[in-house]
Amino acid sequence: MNGSDAAILPGRPGLLRRLADTLWRHPHLLLLLMLAPPVLWLGVIYLGSLFALLVQSFFSIDEFSGLINYEFTLKTYRELLIPANLDIIVRTVSMAAAVTLAAVVVAFPIAFYAARYARGKWKAAFYLGIMLPLWSSYLVKIYAWKLVLAREGILNWLFAKLHLTWLLEAYLSLPLIGGNSLSVSYTGTFLVFLYVWLPFMILPLQAALERVPGNLLEASADLGGSPRQTFRHVILPLALPGIIAGSIFTFSLTLGDYIIPQIIGSSRLFIGQAVYSHQGTAGNIPLAAAFAVVPIVIMGCYLWLAKRAGAFDAL
Amino acid sequence: MHSDQRAPIALKIAAGAGLLFLHLPILLIFVYAFTTEERSYQWPPPGLTTKWLAVTWNRPDIWEALALSVKVASISTLIALLLGTLCAAAVSRSKFFGREAISLMVILPIALPGIVTGIALRSAFNLADIPFSTWTIILGHATFCVVVVYNNAVARFRRSSASLIEASMDLGADGFQTLRYVVLPNIATALLAGGMLAFALSFDEVIVTTFTAGQQQTLPIWMLEELVRPRQRPVTNVVAMVVVLVTFLPILGAFYLTRDGDQIAGSGK
Repeated sequence: MNGSDAAILPGRPGLLRRLADTLWRHPHLLLLLMLAPPVLWLGVIYLGSLFALLVQSFFSIDEFSGLINYEFTLKTYRELLIPANLDIIVRTVSMAAAVTLAAVVVAFPIAFYAARYARGKWKAAFYLGIMLPLWSSYLVKIYAWKLVLAREGILNWLFAKLHLTWLLEAYLSLPLIGGNSLSVSYTGTFLVFLYVWLPFMILPLQAALERVPGNLLEASADLGGSPRQTFRHVILPLALPGIIAGSIFTFSLTLGDYIIPQIIGSSRLFIGQAVYSHQGTAGNIPLAAAFAVVPIVIMGCYLWLAKRAGAFDAL
Repeated sequence: MHSDQRAPIALKIAAGAGLLFLHLPILLIFVYAFTTEERSYQWPPPGLTTKWLAVTWNRPDIWEALALSVKVASISTLIALLLGTLCAAAVSRSKFFGREAISLMVILPIALPGIVTGIALRSAFNLADIPFSTWTIILGHATFCVVVVYNNAVARFRRSSASLIEASMDLGADGFQTLRYVVLPNIATALLAGGMLAFALSFDEVIVTTFTAGQQQTLPIWMLEELVRPRQRPVTNVVAMVVVLVTFLPILGAFYLTRDGDQIAGSGK
């Protein structure tokens, strides 16, 4: 660009035009100007806050005065390992895993149908059919489930009409997954988690399935593969990046949620609730911070594994 | 992947059941908004009435919460539009050191659990002695709204061709004229769609907000209190229905705006 100065028009009058010319001649300056605001905002506010959180997790709380002791210590992290807290972590991770697995099973037919068979108007209908629940209000969705699962609500009414109340009661009397009623059992919590995060699994899964060439399936059939074998050896491996991409959302969102288990579920805590209660009434910000580091670490490992499996190409 | 064969019946049933699972609970809200039952979630409703619409209309606390929510969502959306577009333009138009890191940083607020973002902001406000205000809510919301605008803008930038900008320059336009007459019209619908989604995201956010709001009530926080301790069920039913209706509009709008995205000038290669 510099070698052909003569070919460049003479500088134009006016401050704005000179500025425009300067920016055009110095693309790096333009790039810097474009990047500075978002990087400063996210870097200072977001990464700064994350750093503040990390720092606080290395402080501890004085048991007698309840004040924060601003000295570096690993004591707070050791507190995470006592059985009660370890239980919370195990409970949350198991729930996240169960929700993720169920989401794959429920999402697969929808994504498969939308990717392989839906056309034209139906394609748009499927797309909106997934997007509308995805974007409708999170609290309203939970509220809807409160209505569904209520003792006097539609689900119990349905079971009664079908004369299946005995089945529901037998299910609720099971240990662990049962409870006094659906709305205070792990099953209830699980259903709401599944419902709220399901669209996050469908979308990447559908994107991955769209990319599977149809002739691969025909080739598999030509070579004598039964539908089951084709599914197992052709479709599933090709859909795996999409499944992993979706599982990042379902897993991460379940790990960090504290509202769903608070409203629908037993009174046993999840990580999110532990964070919330420790920072709120208890005022134990170091322990809350240490608890919040747990999902970050788990998601960090998860993302690293997902990246190795090539899941980010499916996002 | 597309097939002209007919779908197996089992697949149809499974897909249909999945979609029903996604939609029936929301539809239920529309019935409950008109129930005459006040004290429980009784199904089927003993009778239908429209009086709760009027009762809800006359509640000042709901109007205040709504006003705060709209204010927060509008300002956050504006900030996110500015930051998201700038970042998308930089990332999609040039290659530079740390480009991957920047796109990761934009996605991080939405990839990490909301409670992490929430408590991180809370502890930062604590350390810096910043009192809670409308602006602390906006600070949090804008941070995770950036990613929505960014995603929409990046997709559009990738599809529109750089030669359009060069052509504009060749014809004698300066940088600002090119921005005004070529770049902005090209990305306008993507920005509108991103802005609508950012607005919907902020309008609905509750997890981060509980950490940054202090004593203020946005509409989702009002809802949350009703969920934890139901006191006025009929009014909550109506608010829930209105929220569903109101969030559908920007989503439908964003859908129609980005649907024809392939027909942008200069996208043909």
